[in-house]
Amino acid sequence: MLLSRMVFASLLQYLERLHPSQIANESCLASHHVHPNYTKKAFPVLSLDYHHIQVPFEISLWVLLASLMKLGFHLIPQLSSIVPESCLLIVVGLLVGGLIKLAGEEVPPVLDSNLFFLCLLPPIILDAGYFLPIRPFMENIGTILMFAVVGTLWNAFFVGGLLYAVCQIEGTYLSQVELLPCLLFGSIISAVDPVAVLAVFEEIHINELLHILVFGESLLNDAVTVVLYHLFEEYSGAGEVTPMDVVLGVICFLIVSLGGIAVGAIYGILAAFTSRFTSHTRVIEPLFVFVYSYMAYLSAEMFHLSGIMALIACGAVMRPYVEANISHKSHTTVKYFLKMWSSVSETLIFIFLGVATVAGPHAWNWTFVSVTVILCLVSRVIGVVGLTFIINKFRIVKLTTKDQFIVAYGGLRGAIAFSLGYLLDKNLFPMRTMFLTAIITEIFFTVFVQGMTIKPLVDLLAVKKKQEAKRSINEEIHTQFLDHLLTGIEDICGHYGHHHWKDKLNRFNKKYIKKCLIAGERYKEPQLIAFYHKMEFKQAIELVESGGGVKLPSAVPSQVSMQNIQPKKLPPPVAERALPQFTKGREEEIRKILRSNLQKTRQRLRSYNRHTLVADPFEDGWNDFILKKQRLIELEKKMSNYLTVPGATPDSPTMCRARLASDPNAFYNIKASSDGVPTIQVDLASPQSPDSVNMLNEFSKRGATGQGLGQREGADRDEDQGLMMKPAGKGEKGEEEGGNKNPGLMRCLSDPGPSNEDEEDEPFLP
Amino acid sequence: MGASQSARTEHEFQDLADRTGFSLEQIGNLNKRFRQLSKNEETLSRQDLASISALDNNPLRAQIINAFFDKRNLRQNEAGTVQVIGFEEFLMVMSHFRPAAMHITEEEREKLRREKLRFLFNMHDTDSDGTITLEEYRRAVEELLSKAGTIGQETAKAIADAAMLEVASTTRGKMEPDEFYEGITFENFLQILKTFDIETRMHVRFLNMDTATMRCGK
Repeated sequence: MLLSRMVFASLLQYLERLHPSQIANESCLASHHVHPNYTKKAFPVLSLDYHHIQVPFEISLWVLLASLMKLGFHLIPQLSSIVPESCLLIVVGLLVGGLIKLAGEEVPPVLDSNLFFLCLLPPIILDAGYFLPIRPFMENIGTILMFAVVGTLWNAFFVGGLLYAVCQIEGTYLSQVELLPCLLFGSIISAVDPVAVLAVFEEIHINELLHILVFGESLLNDAVTVVLYHLFEEYSGAGEVTPMDVVLGVICFLIVSLGGIAVGAIYGILAAFTSRFTSHTRVIEPLFVFVYSYMAYLSAEMFHLSGIMALIACGAVMRPYVEANISHKSHTTVKYFLKMWSSVSETLIFIFLGVATVAGPHAWNWTFVSVTVILCLVSRVIGVVGLTFIINKFRIVKLTTKDQFIVAYGGLRGAIAFSLGYLLDKNLFPMRTMFLTAIITEIFFTVFVQGMTIKPLVDLLAVKKKQEAKRSINEEIHTQFLDHLLTGIEDICGHYGHHHWKDKLNRFNKKYIKKCLIAGERYKEPQLIAFYHKMEFKQAIELVESGGGVKLPSAVPSQVSMQNIQPKKLPPPVAERALPQFTKGREEEIRKILRSNLQKTRQRLRSYNRHTLVADPFEDGWNDFILKKQRLIELEKKMSNYLTVPGATPDSPTMCRARLASDPNAFYNIKASSDGVPTIQVDLASPQSPDSVNMLNEFSKRGATGQGLGQREGADRDEDQGLMMKPAGKGEKGEEEGGNKNPGLMRCLSDPGPSNEDEEDEPFLP
Repeated sequence: MGASQSARTEHEFQDLADRTGFSLEQIGNLNKRFRQLSKNEETLSRQDLASISALDNNPLRAQIINAFFDKRNLRQNEAGTVQVIGFEEFLMVMSHFRPAAMHITEEEREKLRREKLRFLFNMHDTDSDGTITLEEYRRAVEELLSKAGTIGQETAKAIADAAMLEVASTTRGKMEPDEFYEGITFENFLQILKTFDIETRMHVRFLNMDTATMRCGK
């Protein structure tokens, strides 16, 4: 921050020269003194007080710069497709640093370790942890741990040891570098950096397995790095490490990693428990997620445990329970905020890296730096190949050579290494500047060279890319089916394998934990049903988005409707099957009515109160208003020809989340309250079902005119052929309702969420 | 077991190994387990399998047990079930859960996929007519959700319907309102589960186990 301070200090001086009287006057006023010889001057209408707002102003300026840079890169598509964003940002940082140096000011040490570890890093890690795809992570946890722990240890000792050997060679003028500082340097530089990996891998869309391997490794090696760093730093003063220290180091490692995870898990459970009670104060729900996670991080850092692992554990533990409890809008808020903060943090980190490079001080030593770079590459390759050889003996899905290459090549170093180096004490480590130079060179090498070339290499080697296909319901059914099947087979064999324990954990989770942490009856909902409701909700939204759902079914012949799969009972009467045709004019009329109703309803919204959103729908006496919406929704759903489902119970998590908290035109079901209000039973799924659409009362009351919107007929209760057509003449009401209903979902859609995809199916990155 | 018996079983095991593709060690372990379950008899009946207590919590219990006695899984090209199975049949059913070897050709991989998917298909197609009808699919989903209480039952129908609809849409595409989609054939089944990497998912690691980890399971 010194940088901006300097720039603006000089600006201030310049201004002072111009308007001395004003400044003097202002300082008088600011100090509130009453001087005896105070002479009254003209009241200063406009004055400049920079110092007052200096620090926040500078911070905001940096954030603004970072965001504008990010904007700028995406406006130049050619550039962003060749060069990864991280490289461009470092270049920007270099330029800014260069500008400052040119201006003659001293470049400030912006990448201050405190700032980095306490402010810039947590959002990125929380974002990664919260959206961590648990299933692939857990399936590969053995491999990931091997790479993270054994791989990092190997890297650290290999690089450190060989560097020491090189330093001892005559002629390099490096013989004053001891073994322990070398090992310390090795441990700093050997850790794969999550920020850099995220930044680069985000753009190459590699398949899920490789992504989770490299990324998981970068997250979990934090514990190893922390322990090695502290170990060597402590004993560099003493000059030697005894075997006792090594044993203590191992114990320390276990404490650091397991302790970090434990701290994170505790805070995660607290957050989940808190979210159980937030149904009346939906506005601050996202806050709990952020605050609890940040406190987990700080608490872990307080005890010198692994803050990164705490954050990951916290996010991963709290997510399933919190998501079942919070509203849809809070869910979107959490997602948005996390993405936003992590994006800004990442941008800032890379820019600061550039600035810090210019800041120096540097002590360039050809031998040291070049040997570092080469050794890092070599040790990474040897490490990965060696470990894969061992790991493949235990894996079912073996890692091929291509996979190994990508894992090795994707081991990027980043700002964490730099910050750790920066933390070193100058007195204890006189070669600190040389270390920093080498670290920066290594970071530049990995980010620029490896980062830029990994994308073409991935294409060249034809590595499997991320599958873009959406999860279909058949796949979901069979995933669950397979889980149970394999558990059963394992039980028959009497072997307590992975599936057995996973099944046990799930049952334990369902029986005890979910009861405590999830509000209401939602904890009973099995995953398949949750998935199905989500899909249904999404399709309903898509339907509305596509313009009010006025589809002409006859014009879209490729759709398969429910009629086709229901076994025929009686020959269907032809007239009832025919879907109404629209003339162009009629369609326009319908659209106009929908639009006008949209506007009308918007004006009817309640005023927005910051403290309470719409009260719980069950309490209000809005039955008519709400029932209309409900019916509209059912209509829309039927028109889609896809889903014919009894509406989800009000307590189902997805339906609750669908309660758009700030919107009175909420999208949910209500249990029928009285006889006066006609109810809608929608159960078209079964041909034998006695229930069918019963909207006759409602519609006849309205006495609508015009043609139906392809609505289904209120059939007689005894016979039905699946979906039935509504006779013409009940359309008007439907149209109005169409208009009324749209705002509900329009509001939901009006803030464009990051994407409509299922987060569970998503890998880390949108 | 006497020496002569063990010699005979060695020979048998080698024979079985060749035919089913398991290793001798795996066959040995599985044989021990078979003896445990069948109470040292030569054949295994449904009651023996049903008595495994760990299976009680499994929603697919009945289907899994049936799968062991289904003739289609025993490489006999006829429909129906058998009452008891011998060790060889036991192995045959288990062989569906072998993992894929590391270096196999595309052909072999495809064959493996078909084999495993055929097993799943047979589990769904309870009347052995070669297609999974809506009723059968519904029953399958209902079983899957049977431990979920009333919520499960209501939506099970809807889920099965939506799934069926999806299959029909992907495999048949355009259908006139009068056409009727009879059911999922095996080819359709293969098609909809194309992206489902079953050859890596449908395996049980137990096949590399040693007997020390075997529990009684009763």
